[in-house]
Amino acid sequence: MNVTRGFTGRPRVRNAALPPGQYDAGDDWPVLSAEVTPELTPAEWSLRIDGLVEEPRGWSWEEAHELPGSVYEGDIHCVTSWSKFGVRFGGVSLDAFLHMVRPHVSATHAVAYSHTGYTTSLPLADLTGGRAWIAWEYDGRPLAAEHGGPARLLVPHLYFWKSAKWIAGLRILDHDEPGFWEQNGYHARGNPWEEQRYRGD
Amino acid sequence: MTEAAETFTPPTRFAVPGRIAVSEQAAAVWQTATITQVRRETPHAATFRLAVPGWAGHLPGQHLMLRLTAEDGYVAQRHYSIASAPDDSGHIELTLDHVEGGEVSGWFHTVAEPGDTVEVRGPLSGFFAWPGDRPALLVGAGSGVVPLMSMVRHHRARGLDVPLRLLVSARGPEELIYAREYGAETTPVFTRRAPEGVPVGRMAAAHVAPLLAEQPPGGWEAYVCGSNGFAEHASRLLVAAGQPVHRIRIERFG
Repeated sequence: MNVTRGFTGRPRVRNAALPPGQYDAGDDWPVLSAEVTPELTPAEWSLRIDGLVEEPRGWSWEEAHELPGSVYEGDIHCVTSWSKFGVRFGGVSLDAFLHMVRPHVSATHAVAYSHTGYTTSLPLADLTGGRAWIAWEYDGRPLAAEHGGPARLLVPHLYFWKSAKWIAGLRILDHDEPGFWEQNGYHARGNPWEEQRYRGD
Repeated sequence: MTEAAETFTPPTRFAVPGRIAVSEQAAAVWQTATITQVRRETPHAATFRLAVPGWAGHLPGQHLMLRLTAEDGYVAQRHYSIASAPDDSGHIELTLDHVEGGEVSGWFHTVAEPGDTVEVRGPLSGFFAWPGDRPALLVGAGSGVVPLMSMVRHHRARGLDVPLRLLVSARGPEELIYAREYGAETTPVFTRRAPEGVPVGRMAAAHVAPLLAEQPPGGWEAYVCGSNGFAEHASRLLVAAGQPVHRIRIERFG
Protein backbone atom coordinates (compact mmCIF):
# COMPACT_ATOMS: atom_id res chain seq x y z
CA MET A 1 0.00 0.00 0.00
CA ASN A 2 1.34 3.35 -1.11
CA VAL A 3 0.06 5.78 1.55
CA THR A 4 -0.26 9.41 0.45
CA ARG A 5 1.18 11.77 3.09
CA GLY A 6 -1.53 13.80 4.79
CA PHE A 7 -4.40 12.29 2.80
CA THR A 8 -7.38 11.27 4.87
CA GLY A 9 -10.19 11.46 2.32
CA ARG A 10 -13.78 12.33 3.05
CA PRO A 11 -15.31 11.26 6.35
CA ARG A 12 -16.75 7.90 5.47
CA VAL A 13 -18.99 5.13 6.59
CA ARG A 14 -18.36 1.74 5.08
CA ASN A 15 -20.90 1.27 2.35
CA ALA A 16 -21.08 -2.31 1.12
CA ALA A 17 -22.97 -1.13 -1.99
CA LEU A 18 -20.02 0.94 -3.21
CA PRO A 19 -17.69 -1.00 -5.53
CA PRO A 20 -13.93 -0.59 -4.96
CA GLY A 21 -12.47 2.71 -6.13
CA GLN A 22 -15.86 4.40 -6.44
CA TYR A 23 -17.37 7.36 -4.58
CA ASP A 24 -20.99 8.30 -4.00
CA ALA A 25 -21.97 11.09 -6.42
CA GLY A 26 -25.02 11.91 -4.29
CA ASP A 27 -27.56 13.95 -6.24
CA ASP A 28 -25.16 14.58 -9.13
CA TRP A 29 -25.49 12.70 -12.37
CA PRO A 30 -22.44 13.61 -14.43
CA VAL A 31 -22.76 13.55 -18.23
CA LEU A 32 -19.86 11.85 -19.97
CA SER A 33 -20.69 11.35 -23.64
CA ALA A 34 -17.95 11.90 -26.20
CA GLU A 35 -20.18 13.18 -28.99
CA VAL A 36 -22.63 15.97 -29.69
CA THR A 37 -25.96 15.29 -27.96
CA PRO A 38 -28.35 14.37 -30.79
CA GLU A 39 -31.73 16.02 -31.19
CA LEU A 40 -33.72 12.83 -31.58
CA THR A 41 -37.49 12.76 -31.12
CA PRO A 42 -39.42 9.63 -30.10
CA ALA A 43 -40.94 9.61 -33.62
CA GLU A 44 -37.43 9.43 -35.11
CA TRP A 45 -36.22 6.81 -32.65
CA SER A 46 -36.15 3.13 -33.57
CA LEU A 47 -34.50 -0.01 -32.30
CA ARG A 48 -33.24 -2.89 -34.39
CA ILE A 49 -31.88 -6.28 -33.34
CA ASP A 50 -30.19 -8.41 -35.96
CA GLY A 51 -27.12 -10.57 -36.54
CA LEU A 52 -27.23 -14.16 -35.30
CA VAL A 53 -30.97 -14.26 -34.63
CA GLU A 54 -33.86 -16.21 -36.12
CA GLU A 55 -35.98 -13.17 -36.87
CA PRO A 56 -34.16 -9.86 -37.16
CA ARG A 57 -36.54 -6.97 -36.64
CA GLY A 58 -37.05 -3.38 -35.68
CA TRP A 59 -39.38 -1.51 -33.34
CA SER A 60 -40.73 1.99 -33.53
CA TRP A 61 -41.29 4.03 -30.35
CA GLU A 62 -44.95 2.94 -30.27
CA GLU A 63 -44.15 -0.72 -30.94
CA ALA A 64 -41.52 -0.79 -28.19
CA HIS A 65 -44.01 0.75 -25.76
CA GLU A 66 -46.52 -2.01 -26.44
CA LEU A 67 -44.20 -4.49 -24.75
CA PRO A 68 -44.70 -5.12 -21.01
CA GLY A 69 -43.09 -2.39 -18.93
CA SER A 70 -40.23 -3.11 -16.56
CA VAL A 71 -38.49 -0.99 -13.94
CA TYR A 72 -34.91 -0.98 -12.67
CA GLU A 73 -34.39 0.32 -9.17
CA GLY A 74 -30.86 0.23 -7.85
CA ASP A 75 -27.40 1.69 -8.37
CA ILE A 76 -25.25 2.70 -11.34
CA HIS A 77 -21.46 2.96 -11.59
CA CYS A 78 -19.27 4.98 -13.95
CA VAL A 79 -15.67 4.04 -14.73
CA THR A 80 -14.62 7.63 -13.97
CA SER A 81 -15.27 6.57 -10.34
CA TRP A 82 -18.67 7.96 -9.39
CA SER A 83 -21.56 5.74 -8.37
CA LYS A 84 -25.16 6.80 -8.00
CA PHE A 85 -27.44 5.06 -5.55
CA GLY A 86 -31.16 4.41 -5.68
CA VAL A 87 -31.92 5.39 -9.25
CA ARG A 88 -35.16 4.39 -10.95
CA PHE A 89 -35.42 3.77 -14.68
CA GLY A 90 -38.52 2.70 -16.59
CA GLY A 91 -38.63 0.91 -19.92
CA VAL A 92 -38.77 -2.66 -21.16
CA SER A 93 -36.56 -5.59 -20.22
CA LEU A 94 -34.19 -6.47 -23.05
CA ASP A 95 -35.34 -10.07 -22.59
CA ALA A 96 -38.69 -9.07 -24.10
CA PHE A 97 -36.97 -7.88 -27.29
CA LEU A 98 -34.56 -10.82 -27.49
CA HIS A 99 -37.43 -13.26 -26.95
CA MET A 100 -38.96 -11.97 -30.19
CA VAL A 101 -35.82 -12.23 -32.35
CA ARG A 102 -34.58 -15.52 -30.84
CA PRO A 103 -30.75 -15.48 -30.81
CA HIS A 104 -29.01 -18.52 -32.28
CA VAL A 105 -27.47 -21.03 -29.87
CA SER A 106 -24.08 -19.99 -31.26
CA ALA A 107 -24.60 -16.35 -30.17
CA THR A 108 -22.17 -15.21 -27.45
CA HIS A 109 -21.77 -11.43 -27.74
CA ALA A 110 -23.49 -8.30 -28.92
CA VAL A 111 -22.50 -4.89 -30.19
CA ALA A 112 -24.87 -2.16 -29.06
CA TYR A 113 -24.88 0.89 -31.30
CA SER A 114 -26.35 4.34 -30.91
CA HIS A 115 -28.06 6.71 -33.29
CA THR A 116 -24.84 8.77 -33.03
CA GLY A 117 -22.61 5.90 -34.15
CA TYR A 118 -21.31 5.12 -30.65
CA THR A 119 -20.74 1.41 -30.11
CA THR A 120 -20.11 -0.81 -27.10
CA SER A 121 -19.58 -4.56 -26.95
CA LEU A 122 -21.00 -6.94 -24.36
CA PRO A 123 -21.19 -10.65 -23.60
CA LEU A 124 -24.74 -11.77 -24.41
CA ALA A 125 -25.02 -13.26 -20.90
CA ASP A 126 -24.85 -9.71 -19.50
CA LEU A 127 -27.86 -8.67 -21.58
CA THR A 128 -30.21 -11.50 -20.59
CA GLY A 129 -31.80 -12.82 -17.42
CA GLY A 130 -33.46 -9.56 -16.36
CA ARG A 131 -30.20 -7.60 -16.14
CA ALA A 132 -30.58 -5.23 -19.10
CA TRP A 133 -33.27 -2.79 -20.25
CA ILE A 134 -34.21 -0.40 -22.99
CA ALA A 135 -34.97 2.58 -20.74
CA TRP A 136 -36.89 5.76 -21.58
CA GLU A 137 -37.91 7.05 -18.17
CA TYR A 138 -35.83 8.30 -15.30
CA ASP A 139 -37.47 8.98 -11.95
CA GLY A 140 -40.89 8.82 -13.60
CA ARG A 141 -40.05 11.38 -16.29
CA PRO A 142 -38.91 11.07 -19.92
CA LEU A 143 -35.16 10.41 -20.04
CA ALA A 144 -33.27 13.66 -20.78
CA ALA A 145 -31.40 13.87 -24.10
CA GLU A 146 -28.02 14.36 -22.40
CA HIS A 147 -28.58 11.11 -20.49
CA GLY A 148 -29.51 9.20 -23.63
CA GLY A 149 -33.15 10.11 -24.22
CA PRO A 150 -35.43 9.30 -25.82
CA ALA A 151 -34.11 5.79 -25.06
CA ARG A 152 -30.88 4.18 -23.91
CA LEU A 153 -29.57 0.73 -23.16
CA LEU A 154 -29.30 0.11 -19.41
CA VAL A 155 -26.93 -2.55 -18.07
CA PRO A 156 -26.55 -1.38 -14.48
CA HIS A 157 -24.36 -4.22 -13.22
CA LEU A 158 -21.56 -3.11 -15.58
CA TYR A 159 -19.73 0.25 -15.82
CA PHE A 160 -22.01 2.75 -17.45
CA TRP A 161 -20.14 3.14 -20.76
CA LYS A 162 -21.82 -0.19 -21.62
CA SER A 163 -25.27 1.42 -21.26
CA ALA A 164 -25.25 2.99 -24.73
CA LYS A 165 -27.17 6.27 -24.90
CA TRP A 166 -29.55 6.94 -27.83
CA ILE A 167 -29.68 3.19 -28.46
CA ALA A 168 -30.36 2.32 -32.09
CA GLY A 169 -29.72 -1.39 -32.20
CA LEU A 170 -27.99 -4.56 -31.16
CA ARG A 171 -26.09 -6.83 -33.46
CA ILE A 172 -25.85 -10.37 -32.09
CA LEU A 173 -22.52 -12.12 -32.76
CA ASP A 174 -20.66 -15.35 -32.04
CA HIS A 175 -17.48 -13.46 -31.08
CA ASP A 176 -16.43 -10.29 -29.26
CA GLU A 177 -16.19 -7.23 -31.51
CA PRO A 178 -14.80 -4.35 -29.43
CA GLY A 179 -16.84 -1.12 -29.41
CA PHE A 180 -15.79 2.51 -29.11
CA TRP A 181 -14.28 2.58 -25.61
CA GLU A 182 -13.19 -1.05 -25.83
CA GLN A 183 -11.08 -0.06 -28.85
CA ASN A 184 -9.83 2.91 -26.85
CA GLY A 185 -8.28 0.79 -24.12
CA TYR A 186 -11.25 0.02 -21.88
CA HIS A 187 -12.07 -3.43 -20.53
CA ALA A 188 -14.07 -5.92 -22.60
CA ARG A 189 -16.56 -6.63 -19.79
CA GLY A 190 -16.40 -3.76 -17.26
CA ASN A 191 -17.56 -5.34 -14.00
CA PRO A 192 -17.33 -2.60 -11.32
CA TRP A 193 -16.97 -5.13 -8.48
CA GLU A 194 -13.81 -6.49 -10.08
CA GLU A 195 -12.62 -3.03 -11.13
CA GLN A 196 -12.45 -4.04 -14.79
CA ARG A 197 -11.74 -0.50 -15.95
CA TYR A 198 -9.06 -0.90 -18.58
CA ARG A 199 -7.84 -3.68 -20.80
CA GLY A 200 -5.58 -5.88 -18.74
CA ASP A 201 -7.41 -5.28 -15.42
CA MET B 1 -29.19 -17.54 -41.21
CA THR B 2 -29.49 -13.82 -41.48
CA GLU B 3 -28.64 -12.12 -44.75
CA ALA B 4 -25.45 -10.05 -44.58
CA ALA B 5 -27.36 -7.00 -45.78
CA GLU B 6 -29.49 -7.10 -42.66
CA THR B 7 -26.57 -6.94 -40.26
CA PHE B 8 -25.64 -3.31 -40.50
CA THR B 9 -23.88 -1.42 -37.75
CA PRO B 10 -23.35 2.27 -38.44
CA PRO B 11 -19.78 3.51 -38.33
CA THR B 12 -18.65 5.43 -35.26
CA ARG B 13 -18.91 8.82 -36.88
CA PHE B 14 -17.59 11.20 -34.25
CA ALA B 15 -14.12 9.76 -33.96
CA VAL B 16 -11.95 7.41 -35.90
CA PRO B 17 -11.53 4.27 -33.82
CA GLY B 18 -8.12 2.78 -33.89
CA ARG B 19 -6.46 5.97 -35.11
CA ILE B 20 -4.64 6.36 -31.83
CA ALA B 21 -2.98 3.28 -30.45
CA VAL B 22 -3.48 2.91 -26.72
CA SER B 23 -0.78 1.07 -24.85
CA GLU B 24 -2.41 -1.79 -23.00
CA GLN B 25 0.51 -2.17 -20.67
CA ALA B 26 0.85 1.50 -19.76
CA ALA B 27 -2.87 1.74 -19.04
CA ALA B 28 -2.86 -1.26 -16.72
CA VAL B 29 0.02 -0.40 -14.39
CA TRP B 30 0.00 1.96 -11.41
CA GLN B 31 3.20 3.94 -11.17
CA THR B 32 4.59 6.13 -8.42
CA ALA B 33 4.80 9.80 -9.39
CA THR B 34 6.74 12.37 -7.36
CA ILE B 35 5.65 15.99 -7.22
CA THR B 36 8.64 18.11 -8.25
CA GLN B 37 7.05 21.54 -8.60
CA VAL B 38 3.86 23.43 -7.84
CA ARG B 39 2.99 26.51 -9.90
CA ARG B 40 0.02 28.73 -9.18
CA GLU B 41 -1.95 29.54 -12.31
CA THR B 42 -4.98 31.41 -10.96
CA PRO B 43 -6.50 31.90 -7.47
CA HIS B 44 -8.29 28.56 -7.94
CA ALA B 45 -5.97 26.52 -10.16
CA ALA B 46 -2.41 25.29 -9.83
CA THR B 47 -0.12 23.15 -11.95
CA PHE B 48 1.57 20.13 -10.38
CA ARG B 49 4.67 18.83 -12.12
CA LEU B 50 5.24 15.11 -11.58
CA ALA B 51 8.30 12.98 -12.17
CA VAL B 52 7.14 9.63 -13.55
CA PRO B 53 10.30 7.70 -14.43
CA GLY B 54 8.45 4.89 -16.23
CA TRP B 55 6.10 7.16 -18.21
CA ALA B 56 5.48 5.60 -21.61
CA GLY B 57 4.73 8.94 -23.24
CA HIS B 58 1.37 10.37 -24.25
CA LEU B 59 -0.41 12.26 -26.97
CA PRO B 60 -1.84 15.74 -26.37
CA GLY B 61 -5.43 15.40 -25.13
CA GLN B 62 -5.00 12.12 -23.28
CA HIS B 63 -5.75 11.75 -19.58
CA LEU B 64 -4.60 9.58 -16.71
CA MET B 65 -6.08 8.12 -13.57
CA LEU B 66 -4.64 9.34 -10.30
CA ARG B 67 -4.92 7.58 -6.96
CA LEU B 68 -4.45 8.75 -3.38
CA THR B 69 -4.38 6.27 -0.50
CA ALA B 70 -5.19 7.06 3.14
CA GLU B 71 -3.49 5.28 6.05
CA ASP B 72 -6.51 3.04 6.64
CA GLY B 73 -6.38 1.87 3.03
CA TYR B 74 -9.16 4.16 1.76
CA VAL B 75 -8.51 5.01 -1.86
CA ALA B 76 -9.72 7.94 -3.97
CA GLN B 77 -9.12 7.96 -7.70
CA ARG B 78 -9.93 10.53 -10.37
CA HIS B 79 -9.34 11.08 -14.07
CA TYR B 80 -7.27 14.15 -14.96
CA SER B 81 -6.26 15.55 -18.32
CA ILE B 82 -2.56 15.90 -18.96
CA ALA B 83 -1.53 19.55 -19.41
CA SER B 84 2.02 19.13 -20.65
CA ALA B 85 3.09 18.38 -24.20
CA PRO B 86 4.77 15.03 -24.78
CA ASP B 87 8.50 15.33 -24.18
CA ASP B 88 11.32 13.09 -23.08
CA SER B 89 11.87 14.67 -19.67
CA GLY B 90 10.18 11.89 -17.68
CA HIS B 91 7.82 14.53 -16.30
CA ILE B 92 4.17 15.31 -16.87
CA GLU B 93 2.06 18.20 -15.62
CA LEU B 94 -1.51 18.32 -14.33
CA THR B 95 -3.45 21.53 -13.74
CA LEU B 96 -6.12 21.12 -11.09
CA ASP B 97 -8.95 23.38 -10.05
CA HIS B 98 -9.53 23.54 -6.33
CA VAL B 99 -13.01 22.00 -6.29
CA GLU B 100 -15.22 23.01 -3.35
CA GLY B 101 -15.17 20.02 -0.97
CA GLY B 102 -13.08 18.01 -3.45
CA GLU B 103 -11.17 15.32 -1.58
CA VAL B 104 -8.47 14.82 -4.23
CA SER B 105 -8.12 18.40 -5.52
CA GLY B 106 -8.38 19.53 -1.88
CA TRP B 107 -5.37 17.42 -0.95
CA PHE B 108 -3.39 18.80 -3.88
CA HIS B 109 -4.20 22.41 -3.05
CA THR B 110 -3.82 22.31 0.73
CA VAL B 111 -1.36 19.50 1.51
CA ALA B 112 0.77 18.54 -1.51
CA GLU B 113 4.29 19.83 -1.83
CA PRO B 114 7.39 18.84 -3.79
CA GLY B 115 8.64 15.44 -2.67
CA ASP B 116 5.17 13.98 -2.07
CA THR B 117 4.24 10.90 -4.06
CA VAL B 118 0.96 9.87 -5.66
CA GLU B 119 0.08 7.02 -8.00
CA VAL B 120 -0.88 7.32 -11.65
CA ARG B 121 -1.83 4.97 -14.45
CA GLY B 122 -1.96 5.93 -18.07
CA PRO B 123 -2.04 7.55 -20.48
CA LEU B 124 -5.63 6.48 -21.04
CA SER B 125 -8.03 6.74 -23.95
CA GLY B 126 -7.23 7.82 -27.47
CA PHE B 127 -10.41 9.45 -28.72
CA PHE B 128 -9.69 13.00 -27.52
CA ALA B 129 -6.02 12.82 -28.48
CA TRP B 130 -4.58 15.07 -31.16
CA PRO B 131 -1.30 13.83 -32.61
CA GLY B 132 -0.83 17.02 -34.61
CA ASP B 133 -1.91 15.55 -37.92
CA ARG B 134 -5.08 17.56 -38.69
CA PRO B 135 -6.15 21.18 -38.43
CA ALA B 136 -7.53 21.55 -34.92
CA LEU B 137 -10.16 23.94 -33.62
CA LEU B 138 -9.99 23.88 -29.82
CA VAL B 139 -12.82 25.20 -27.68
CA GLY B 140 -12.57 25.15 -23.90
CA ALA B 141 -13.82 26.78 -20.71
CA GLY B 142 -12.33 26.99 -17.24
CA SER B 143 -10.04 24.05 -16.54
CA GLY B 144 -11.39 22.49 -19.76
CA VAL B 145 -8.50 24.26 -21.41
CA VAL B 146 -6.02 21.83 -19.81
CA PRO B 147 -5.95 19.05 -22.47
CA LEU B 148 -6.24 21.72 -25.19
CA MET B 149 -3.13 23.45 -23.81
CA SER B 150 -1.24 20.21 -24.19
CA MET B 151 -2.12 20.41 -27.89
CA VAL B 152 -1.08 24.09 -28.18
CA ARG B 153 2.21 23.35 -26.45
CA HIS B 154 2.80 20.33 -28.68
CA HIS B 155 2.09 22.44 -31.77
CA ARG B 156 4.61 25.01 -30.59
CA ALA B 157 7.29 22.61 -29.39
CA ARG B 158 7.29 20.70 -32.67
CA GLY B 159 6.96 23.80 -34.83
CA LEU B 160 3.96 22.26 -36.60
CA ASP B 161 2.42 24.25 -39.42
CA VAL B 162 -0.97 22.47 -39.41
CA PRO B 163 -3.55 25.17 -38.49
CA LEU B 164 -4.52 25.39 -34.82
CA ARG B 165 -6.96 27.80 -33.13
CA LEU B 166 -8.04 28.03 -29.51
CA LEU B 167 -11.19 29.68 -28.18
CA VAL B 168 -11.02 29.78 -24.40
CA SER B 169 -13.68 31.01 -22.01
CA ALA B 170 -13.03 32.24 -18.46
CA ARG B 171 -15.02 34.29 -15.99
CA GLY B 172 -12.40 37.01 -15.94
CA PRO B 173 -8.76 37.67 -16.85
CA GLU B 174 -7.52 36.58 -13.39
CA GLU B 175 -9.20 33.20 -13.87
CA LEU B 176 -7.79 32.56 -17.31
CA ILE B 177 -5.47 29.57 -16.90
CA TYR B 178 -2.15 29.81 -18.82
CA ALA B 179 -2.93 33.47 -19.72
CA ARG B 180 0.72 34.37 -20.27
CA GLU B 181 1.32 31.49 -22.66
CA TYR B 182 -1.27 32.25 -25.32
CA GLY B 183 -0.29 33.62 -28.69
CA ALA B 184 -1.99 34.60 -31.92
CA GLU B 185 -3.76 31.22 -32.09
CA THR B 186 -5.91 32.07 -29.06
CA THR B 187 -9.06 34.13 -28.60
CA PRO B 188 -10.08 34.53 -24.94
CA VAL B 189 -13.76 35.05 -24.11
CA PHE B 190 -14.65 36.63 -20.75
CA THR B 191 -18.08 35.94 -19.29
CA ARG B 192 -18.13 38.19 -16.19
CA ARG B 193 -15.23 40.65 -16.16
CA ALA B 194 -12.96 41.71 -18.98
CA PRO B 195 -10.05 44.06 -19.47
CA GLU B 196 -10.83 47.64 -20.60
CA GLY B 197 -12.25 47.65 -24.12
CA VAL B 198 -12.92 43.90 -24.29
CA PRO B 199 -16.58 42.86 -24.40
CA VAL B 200 -18.07 40.72 -21.62
CA GLY B 201 -20.36 37.83 -22.48
CA ARG B 202 -20.87 34.17 -23.19
CA MET B 203 -19.17 32.45 -26.10
CA ALA B 204 -21.36 33.13 -29.12
CA ALA B 205 -21.80 32.49 -32.82
CA ALA B 206 -19.70 35.58 -33.52
CA HIS B 207 -16.66 33.88 -31.95
CA VAL B 208 -17.10 30.66 -33.89
CA ALA B 209 -18.18 31.97 -37.30
CA PRO B 210 -14.86 33.57 -38.37
CA LEU B 211 -12.97 30.36 -37.55
CA LEU B 212 -15.36 28.22 -39.58
CA ALA B 213 -15.26 30.78 -42.39
CA GLU B 214 -11.52 30.18 -42.79
CA GLN B 215 -11.75 26.43 -43.36
CA PRO B 216 -8.32 24.84 -43.71
CA PRO B 217 -7.85 22.11 -46.34
CA GLY B 218 -9.66 19.01 -45.07
CA GLY B 219 -11.66 21.07 -42.57
CA TRP B 220 -11.31 21.41 -38.81
CA GLU B 221 -11.25 18.64 -36.26
CA ALA B 222 -13.02 20.26 -33.30
CA TYR B 223 -12.13 19.45 -29.68
CA VAL B 224 -14.49 20.76 -27.00
CA CYS B 225 -13.67 20.50 -23.31
CA GLY B 226 -15.37 21.89 -20.22
CA SER B 227 -18.37 21.42 -17.96
CA ASN B 228 -21.33 19.61 -19.49
CA GLY B 229 -23.25 22.90 -19.73
CA PHE B 230 -20.41 24.52 -21.63
CA ALA B 231 -19.87 21.46 -23.82
CA GLU B 232 -23.55 21.43 -24.82
CA HIS B 233 -23.50 25.16 -25.59
CA ALA B 234 -20.21 25.14 -27.49
CA SER B 235 -20.99 22.02 -29.52
CA ARG B 236 -24.35 23.52 -30.56
CA LEU B 237 -22.57 26.71 -31.67
CA LEU B 238 -20.17 24.65 -33.75
CA VAL B 239 -22.95 22.62 -35.38
CA ALA B 240 -24.99 25.76 -36.07
CA ALA B 241 -21.91 27.30 -37.73
CA GLY B 242 -21.55 24.32 -40.04
CA GLN B 243 -19.06 22.05 -38.28
CA PRO B 244 -20.07 18.40 -38.98
CA VAL B 245 -21.18 16.55 -35.83
CA HIS B 246 -18.91 13.63 -36.58
CA ARG B 247 -15.90 15.93 -36.44
CA ILE B 248 -16.56 17.22 -32.94
CA ARG B 249 -14.99 15.39 -30.01
CA ILE B 250 -16.17 16.29 -26.54
CA GLU B 251 -14.61 15.80 -23.15
CA ARG B 252 -17.09 16.70 -20.43
CA PHE B 253 -16.01 17.25 -16.86
CA GLY B 254 -18.36 15.02 -14.89
